[in-house]
Amino acid sequence: MATQASTSIPRLRALKRPNAAVPIAVLLLGLILFWLGENLVRTPADFYQNFVYGATNGLLYGLIAIGYSLVYGILELINFAHGDVFMLGSMMATTFVGVTILGLTAGSAWYVLWPGIIAALLISMAFCGTLNASIERVAYRRLRTAPRLAPLITAIGMSFILQNVGLVWKGPRPISTVDILPHGAIFTIGGVAYTWSEFFVVAVTLPTLALLVWLVQRTRHGKAMRATAQDREAAAMMGIDVDRTISFTFLLAGALAGVAGTVFALYNTNTSFLTGFRTGLIAFTAAVLGGIGNLPGAVLGAMLIGLLEGFSDGLAWHALGSQWTEAVIFAILIIILVLRPEGLLGERTPEGG
Amino acid sequence: MRDGLWAGLARLGWTEERWNALQSWQRRAAKAAIVLVLGVVVLAPIYGFDLAAYLAFLVVAVIYVPDWSRVRYGNYFLPLAVLVLCFTYPYYLPHMPKLPIFTAFPTMTTAFTMTIFVMMALGLNIVVGYAGLLDLGYVAFYAIGAYTAAWLASPQADRYHWSFNLGGVGVPPGLGGIHVSIWLVLIAAACLAGIAGVIIGLPTLRLRGDYLAIVTLGFGEIVGVVATNGDCLFQGFTGHCVNITNGPQGINPIDPPGFGHWLHAHLGLPDNFLSASNSLDLFFWAGIVLVLFVVFCSRRLRDSKLGRAWVAIREDETAAAAMGVPLMRTKTWAYAIGAFMGGIAGAFLKSEQGGAFNTDFAFQFSIFVLCMVILGGMGSIWGVILGGAFLAYLNIEGIANIGGWYNNTFGKNTDLTKYSYGIYGVILVLVMLFRPAGLIPSARRAAEFELGVEDQPLMDARAT
Repeated sequence: MATQASTSIPRLRALKRPNAAVPIAVLLLGLILFWLGENLVRTPADFYQNFVYGATNGLLYGLIAIGYSLVYGILELINFAHGDVFMLGSMMATTFVGVTILGLTAGSAWYVLWPGIIAALLISMAFCGTLNASIERVAYRRLRTAPRLAPLITAIGMSFILQNVGLVWKGPRPISTVDILPHGAIFTIGGVAYTWSEFFVVAVTLPTLALLVWLVQRTRHGKAMRATAQDREAAAMMGIDVDRTISFTFLLAGALAGVAGTVFALYNTNTSFLTGFRTGLIAFTAAVLGGIGNLPGAVLGAMLIGLLEGFSDGLAWHALGSQWTEAVIFAILIIILVLRPEGLLGERTPEGG
Repeated sequence: MRDGLWAGLARLGWTEERWNALQSWQRRAAKAAIVLVLGVVVLAPIYGFDLAAYLAFLVVAVIYVPDWSRVRYGNYFLPLAVLVLCFTYPYYLPHMPKLPIFTAFPTMTTAFTMTIFVMMALGLNIVVGYAGLLDLGYVAFYAIGAYTAAWLASPQADRYHWSFNLGGVGVPPGLGGIHVSIWLVLIAAACLAGIAGVIIGLPTLRLRGDYLAIVTLGFGEIVGVVATNGDCLFQGFTGHCVNITNGPQGINPIDPPGFGHWLHAHLGLPDNFLSASNSLDLFFWAGIVLVLFVVFCSRRLRDSKLGRAWVAIREDETAAAAMGVPLMRTKTWAYAIGAFMGGIAGAFLKSEQGGAFNTDFAFQFSIFVLCMVILGGMGSIWGVILGGAFLAYLNIEGIANIGGWYNNTFGKNTDLTKYSYGIYGVILVLVMLFRPAGLIPSARRAAEFELGVEDQPLMDARAT
């Protein structure tokens, strides 16, 4: 989704001073590749394991990152509360498949298990979508014309409120989801099994993404969204109900967060009220890395961040270790924003220099 | 509701026009009278007739009602009165009446911490309120101030066999490490934080709005991670640990503030705040003096050339650049000065607490300070002081007090302090929705919110 800025820039870009980002990026990339290669040679099993783990989590981050991107594309607002909507979605799914409602277990028959999981997905999607849209209605809509900082600050406030909703709902400790996904291996590389539970993430995520792309590119709603993102006033003049389109965007973003929340709860089998904040920030980093407002970029960025997280957490040779992973991710965020604010695939926006 | 109120009053012969036609002191006197009547009717039967409460009301009324701006030098009256009330707080605190809901006035320890938070809020106000740069990583400067104090006034440096004493007080004999007088530590902490502000600012300040907020957030988070893992840095490069922050153990004890024996003997200044008989009062007074310094700087800066450049950038960056305001330099100064204040506050707070721990430096802290600025009113010094003092009070004892009152009244057993950040979140959202310019708005900010600033420039204006 292009922002208004992108059209008038080309002549100015030609005048830009030589880009310092390129050599630095090449050097960094080279170092990272060398480090990965060395690790692959030394401990192939670790490498494959973390690759699988990272790629799977990356897909999840992608779903959340797209939520950030959609909202940013249309309102130019960083919806800080998005990560916490995701967290509430994971709690919803945990509750729904848990003992009190469905009572699914690893031993449930397939004709109970899979409809249950699909129902959990749908419930969580509906819940998060409605939640996200109502947040927009209550908190952001009044601030459309306020200075840009106002909705951002409101979003931060909403994030804290949702965190506390999670805290009240499930308490301060991490809660665990019953482990219902099958763990049998599909195939094995280098002694590392690719299990059905990992495939489950792919099997949910990819169709969701395809559906989203179809929705944004091919339907009238999608067209309205793209138009509103480009120019809200002009879209309104063309007869697009801007308020409804924005609500719909939030609904869509929330539904994606719901999918991500369910898959996260089922795959990682635990969640806590703080999950949303951290995961949200990581996903946001991914969205920025890929180019915020750009949907394929969000997925690409998320895959990269997921892999990086996996490798940084799990590799042995000269890795910083998991306690530094967060710092590495934020360092990347800073470097990207400073050197290439438009992200890997994105277009230039007013915020970037 | 407002309209309904006026409709009711109009029946009694008091239309809004008639009310507005009154002199401003008459309106204030009427409001004070209403508060007094409500107090007597509602509160007095519950809490009993307390002479101190009436005295307190009288003092506030004397400050509030007359139109001081018409009196010669009257503009100085309000600040002076508030200052006197603050400085004498330790003396009349024991006689203060009980409060409804909040239960009690802040204790001296709380009052001291409130001054520190006010200082931080004023520092952040320079960045957010004046220059309009949203900084979500203010905790970084707090951390830098805190760890500067931790290095310059604690046994920490003894690990590397660096030991000397430059006016440090309260150091037991035989304890190694660097011990510098707290006043020098404050200067060092402020300068280091300021430099850190420049270092963080220079590459990032050409970003705008949201992006800047995110980058500062990233820096804040990295500082938190470094504080946690700082007990063993650079192991991969040097083969042994470089210990900067002592990790989760934290650095303690940090020396208390004080003026040392010599000044004590010759000028009568307190030797060591911690061991003095009126220790808490001393901390509080020192905090007030530091706040005064920050307020003075804020005011002078606001009206300076630099301050006007900040406002210009805040309102329209492109226009400001076109008018020849050097963007980078102006923004970097805002950052550095805001960081400077944060550094002072961090160092002094840690000197009082006696230790710096990694858990103090979480992202939430930045939001908390931001919340103070927003609640009080971005860009308004009085507002930020009020917001900072109120939220700091809520954080330290207010929420616990309210929770206690709630549990007593309704027979519940909820730990309200667990949800403090949820409460701050509600405050942020409500303020932004219903009073976006804050409790005591600065006139200029209020106008910006009223008019709705359409700041969507096509590109980043570049100037050097």
